[in-house]
Amino acid sequence: MTSKLLMDDKEISVEQGQTLLEAARENGMDIPTICFHEATTSNALCRICVVEVEGMRLLQPACIVQAADGMKVQTKSERVVRARRTILEMLAATMDLSDAPEILTLMDEYGARVDRFPEAERRESALKDDNPMYVRDYSKCLLCWRCVQVCADDAQYTFAINFSGRGYETQIGTFFDRAIPETTCVLCGQCVGVCPTGALKPKREYLLEQGMSPQEISVMNTGRKRRKQK
Amino acid sequence: MSDIDLTRLHPAIEAYIPLGRSGLLPALHAAQRIYGWLPQEVAAEVARSLEVPLADVHGVIEFYSLFYNEPVGRRIIRVCTDPACGLKGADDILRHLCEHHGIEAGQSTPDLSLTIERSPCLGLCEQAPAALVDDKAETNIDLDAGSYELGRPRSIVGGSLRLLTEHCGNGTTSLAKYGEYIALKKALTMKPEDVIAEVKSAGLVGRGGAAFPTGVKWEGAAKADGDQKYIVCNADESEPGTFKDRILLLDDPHRTIEGMCIAAHAIGATKGYIYLRGEYPYILPVLENALTEARAAGYLGEHFDIEVRLGAGAYICGEETALFESIEGKRGFPRVKPPFPTTHGLFGQPTIINNVETLCNVPLILHEGAAGYRKIGTEKSPGPKLFCVSGDVAQPGLYEVPFGVTLRDLLDMAGLHSAPQAVLFGGAAGAFATFEHLDVRLTFEDLRAAGLPLGSGVVMVFDESRDLRDVLKRLGHFFAHESCGKCYPCQMGTQRQMEILDRVAVGKTLAGDLERLQDVGWTMTDASLCGLGQTAAGAVLSAVKLWPGLFDSGR
Ligand SMILES: Cc1cc2nc3c(=O)[nH]c(=O)nc-3n(C[C@H](O)[C@H](O)[C@H](O)COP(=O)(O)O)c2cc1C
Ligand code: SF4
Ligand code: SF4
Ligand code: FES
Ligand code: FES
Repeated sequence: MTSKLLMDDKEISVEQGQTLLEAARENGMDIPTICFHEATTSNALCRICVVEVEGMRLLQPACIVQAADGMKVQTKSERVVRARRTILEMLAATMDLSDAPEILTLMDEYGARVDRFPEAERRESALKDDNPMYVRDYSKCLLCWRCVQVCADDAQYTFAINFSGRGYETQIGTFFDRAIPETTCVLCGQCVGVCPTGALKPKREYLLEQGMSPQEISVMNTGRKRRKQK
Repeated sequence: MSDIDLTRLHPAIEAYIPLGRSGLLPALHAAQRIYGWLPQEVAAEVARSLEVPLADVHGVIEFYSLFYNEPVGRRIIRVCTDPACGLKGADDILRHLCEHHGIEAGQSTPDLSLTIERSPCLGLCEQAPAALVDDKAETNIDLDAGSYELGRPRSIVGGSLRLLTEHCGNGTTSLAKYGEYIALKKALTMKPEDVIAEVKSAGLVGRGGAAFPTGVKWEGAAKADGDQKYIVCNADESEPGTFKDRILLLDDPHRTIEGMCIAAHAIGATKGYIYLRGEYPYILPVLENALTEARAAGYLGEHFDIEVRLGAGAYICGEETALFESIEGKRGFPRVKPPFPTTHGLFGQPTIINNVETLCNVPLILHEGAAGYRKIGTEKSPGPKLFCVSGDVAQPGLYEVPFGVTLRDLLDMAGLHSAPQAVLFGGAAGAFATFEHLDVRLTFEDLRAAGLPLGSGVVMVFDESRDLRDVLKRLGHFFAHESCGKCYPCQMGTQRQMEILDRVAVGKTLAGDLERLQDVGWTMTDASLCGLGQTAAGAVLSAVKLWPGLFDSGR
């Protein structure tokens, strides 16, 4: 079964059950996403993918709303652009985007200003370097939830990480902020793999950035191993 | 820390172990009653007993304001600083208390005898200023006279009707005084679909804020496939300015229970929950006792029984899907809709969730019949309505009137001193009206036309002497404190909105703040995931429209 709909005044047909995002992408149109990831359950929480659907009072997240016959969708209307630009500007006032090139590109595209919100309290957090596999820098976290999901029932069933705080103060965290080796974490690295920014980073990559040479890093690693064998 | 005696924990949480994860909030409440807070060892033991991952337990403790993962005082005073209390000097009370004990709000005394906190609205607005002292309501606090009332809050009830409030105003109505569940008995002689038809033709719509037709909701749940169906009573009442459900449950718990029993019959549910907000601890024993009476009388039992769940300080848990998550033992994150509760509600099963006041209308409908019920109110808004009137009136209180009276009628009953500068309609999630709206009729249709949300029936009055920028600042703080943090527009927007409103309140706005405020407001309204974010800028945007001068910079 296929459905026909109008997207930005262009007629497109899609398979039933497809989302507006899939419909757009298959037809060569672009809708930006941040939290969406093929391998994780969609929570529709970043709202950067919102579009205007005729007959709906509010903007709709394209990553989960299913395409239906006769729908009329605007993916770049004034309302849509205002919401996307404001979300991006708020992100820039909240977190460190230096390791999020895709977001920076989007900001350019939407004319979003990094300094739109002066005197804003930022979400800052000290770097956590507590295990041999990866470092955590939650100043760069955009709370997409992917790491929590792959650590839990989207993949690994390890449940090592969850949230702390609420609202603006939400952060990814462990049980009473324990160091990673003191949690159920099995160092599978899936969270690092799905993190869209540099908030979760392989330790090696981090050390290289800090100016260590590959040789120094491997000595460090073998050193660690040797100590363990004693 | 070896001084924590875990042997006391087990007997207290034993009853919740069979519930698994769903027993998490009750178990944490029980644990906190023993230790005063939730030390790591205790949280770990609860996690182990209920088989919930450690990180998830920590996530839950962190989400709810009334759970503590660090030591707090043996006594906790929570002073409401939301608008109705703000008008009556809440800040002075807080300052006085803090100075007296030598601590700041949010801190505990060194000997851990006392913690003082700022609190969002406590649902005691008609007796402002108010606080919660451990499990007791402290109302009408008067610093100058040194007087206050402490314990079970009074119920001040007025208006031109006494249908829903028939038994309110004279303490708790026992089952003996309430009498038999006559409406339920009548419903049980009817086919479930006929009960639903009656509720539908009565034209009842939900009183919790979303104004959804109750009969349509019931029909959806009745028709949905599911092994187990649920009735949930939403008693999370946390909308600033709202206190109607507090009075209905404290004074007349059987009306709500009877309403739930009728709903259960209508959709074939065998289990019900009343989700009571954590800041209403004094209602808990009243409800438990009423449920015991109803069980003894055979209204509840194997066929249908009701459990009370106590929230733990999170406005968002009034949102229906966040409330389900909370009963399931999780952080109160709203779910993406669809699917809707009627097909995928609590534990993924077909569920009816209704507000306390909505359920209180149900026995009345069965009693009077749909036609009789429709004689009250207007054609499009039938029935009685409760309004929570607070702020600058002579007699703040709960007013029961038929739909269709005007705002002026209502305020005359409550004793309006002078033409109000502003009326906050529908709560923090509502919008402002001015004296020009005094003749608007209080019906769904008239209010919609006037651009005013009925919401939860809040009518908060501000006279000419009030600084509305201070009111806006309090609303800003409320939403920033209560956003769950799931979706970006609201998680960051409530914070940015608060920051700008703080500047507005002290007259130190930056160039461009008005545009910023509107961009943030419209983005939250238009793109947020749930009703909290979608309404978090409603009052602010209405103020921008009515009084743009309030937001002028360059003072
Ligand atoms: C942030 C938020 C808070 C809410 N709080 C409450 C509440 O405290 N009580 C309530 O009955 N409904 C509340 N609601 C509305 C519920 O989601 C739901 O619509 C209502 O309980 C349905 O019952 P009704 O149809 O009887 O009104 C809230 C909604 C939102 C978005
Ligand atoms: S740490 Fe990375 S994956 Fe996890 S929520 Fe933050 S940005 Fe997303
Ligand atoms: S609108 Fe606010 S409260 Fe609702 S899901 Fe988004 S962040 Fe949470
Ligand atoms: S990509 Fe759709 S909400 Fe994040
Ligand atoms: S109790 Fe203070 S505003 Fe409601």
